[in-house]
Amino acid sequence: MERLEEQITVNKEHGLHARPATIFVQLANKFNSSIRLDKAGEAVDGKSIIAILSLGVNKGMQVNLIVEGSDSEEAMQELKKFLEAEDD
Amino acid sequence: MIKLKGIAVSGGVGIGTVLVLRKDEFSIPKRKISHDEISREIYRLEEALIETRRQISQLQKNISKDIGFDHGRIFEAHFLVLEDRVLIEDVIKQIKIRKVNVEYAFSQSIKKYVDTLLKLNDEYLRERVVDIEDIARRVLRTMLKEKAVALSDLKEKVVIVAHDLAPSQTASLPKDNVLGFVTEIGGRTSHTAIIARTLRIPAVVGLESATENIKSGDKIIVDGSSGEVIVQPTEKILKQYQKRSTLYTKEIKSIHISKILRPRTKDGKETIVSANIELPEEIPLIKQYGAEGIGLYRTEYIFLGRRDLPSEEEQYEAYRTVAKKVKPHGVVFRTIDIGGDKFLSRPEVPKEMSPFLGWRAIRFCLARPEVFKAQLRAMLRASAEKNVNIMFPMISGIEELRQAKNILEQCKEELKQEGKSFDDKVPVGTMIEVPSAALTADALAKESAFFSIGTNDLIQYSLAVDRANEKVAYLYEPGHPAVLKLIKQVIDAAHDNNIWVGMCGEMSGEPIFAVLLLGIELDKFSMSAPQIPKIKELIANVTFKDAQRIAREALKLLTAKEVEKYLQEELKNILGDNFYHILMI
Repeated sequence: MERLEEQITVNKEHGLHARPATIFVQLANKFNSSIRLDKAGEAVDGKSIIAILSLGVNKGMQVNLIVEGSDSEEAMQELKKFLEAEDD
Repeated sequence: MIKLKGIAVSGGVGIGTVLVLRKDEFSIPKRKISHDEISREIYRLEEALIETRRQISQLQKNISKDIGFDHGRIFEAHFLVLEDRVLIEDVIKQIKIRKVNVEYAFSQSIKKYVDTLLKLNDEYLRERVVDIEDIARRVLRTMLKEKAVALSDLKEKVVIVAHDLAPSQTASLPKDNVLGFVTEIGGRTSHTAIIARTLRIPAVVGLESATENIKSGDKIIVDGSSGEVIVQPTEKILKQYQKRSTLYTKEIKSIHISKILRPRTKDGKETIVSANIELPEEIPLIKQYGAEGIGLYRTEYIFLGRRDLPSEEEQYEAYRTVAKKVKPHGVVFRTIDIGGDKFLSRPEVPKEMSPFLGWRAIRFCLARPEVFKAQLRAMLRASAEKNVNIMFPMISGIEELRQAKNILEQCKEELKQEGKSFDDKVPVGTMIEVPSAALTADALAKESAFFSIGTNDLIQYSLAVDRANEKVAYLYEPGHPAVLKLIKQVIDAAHDNNIWVGMCGEMSGEPIFAVLLLGIELDKFSMSAPQIPKIKELIANVTFKDAQRIAREALKLLTAKEVEKYLQEELKNILGDNFYHILMI
């Protein structure tokens, strides 16, 4: 069980709203690891669309991605790549 | 106890338990559950989520097949919500800790998240909120499948509280189990008000935030005569109103339905009192109330609540049934009086800023002769029964009347050639409801077989008041001197040209104005059926001479309030206090 945490700047045009949030949650659900997204101390379940949307992440904001579990490295890599990419 | 006040639209006192109706036509019951029921409620949650998932899969398949895979993807977010761990855990937590039923727990969780999302005030999120609410509705509907509070099978007596009631909702109400209506929007002539009066159910409308202040299960008193609504009343108040309710029922019963068809004033002037209806099924009812025929048959209802247009044949069947059933009396069919948006797709009809001033009624019909002609041909064919009159709504000047009559003549020509029978002399009248028509009534009368004054619109157009807007509804005054003058002018113009003139607006069924209208020589009164016995009774208890004097004096007054006060005093004098009160309820 490896716990990874990285600070990531979200570059998506509309932040983590609408389709990007949907895709993020779909991606997150592929992994066994627990995935949490922390915005300014408020951490939510990365596998929950409602929680992600409620976080209100806009373009340019910094979030901490916390991944913990058997496939944490792979999860971190893929999710980070998605968040940092400008468009999906 | 909370006292609220709205617009009184249908008399009587209703006392009972509240059922709040949300827009989605079902209401979410809240129920405390016992410890033993927890696992069952959680099971029901899982079951509903799985079933909804199946439904959406199906929907997605259909859409992908019909318009391509990409559109099917719009449901991806729906699936995520259905599997959302945070949401599901929250619902389970509520079921376990607050010990409430799953429908309630689920709707509360959804509400919590939706509120959070809306607070973020982000345009993109709003789109997601729509998705979440849509999916939530689907899940709730699945959960409520068997126990849905379908309006048609209300088992207990309730007072209905809603933002507004759609015609489809009121139509499916089991009348015996509705003790009263309270709605947030609307005015005296809104759909709910008219239905409530027809069914004799106490109703108060225009009560802002009613669905927030009143909850399902609350005890409530609805006073449809004063507009007062009392939530969770004290014992004392409750007793007081129970007494009034009994009294009211007794009084209503004491007005017997007059056996005489055509009422006659004490000095012998006869007046015709007929009914306004929408559906053929209402005909037995209006006969019971003693209506002399149908003064206004609203044809819109054949067109509403469907996607296609009713064919000429279908309309013909409907109109002919009405004409046959109403015999030996006659019927006035009004051609469609709704906006183009009801018939055509959105892109063709841009959303109008002021629909009441927009593309509707005769304006729409003249622009769409194919729709208009199907209706006119159906009406003409029904006129073979020899008791049919045709009337055009929203006429604003002679040109429109001529155009409409022109199309009618074309239809007659066609029918002749096709060898179909109709009444070649079918009387064609003009509805007077636009101030410009009232002011040019003299010209219109020369080319009309009759007039019918539509006061609901005439008042709102003359006084520039949107009667459904609760902020200005108080300005909607039938007794306004301007309105009275217009009405008198129309009646005089009709009589100068030897045609009859009726009134089919709500005003003609209001006892307080009946004597005044009689005095300015309105020939025919047409109203919702339950008002008929009262108006007849009233006419039979005054003299035409008094009515003329009262009208003369009332027309000299300067404000609607003065007019109403004067009419009240005169009627009290003539009828005596007791009888006056019975008639005025």
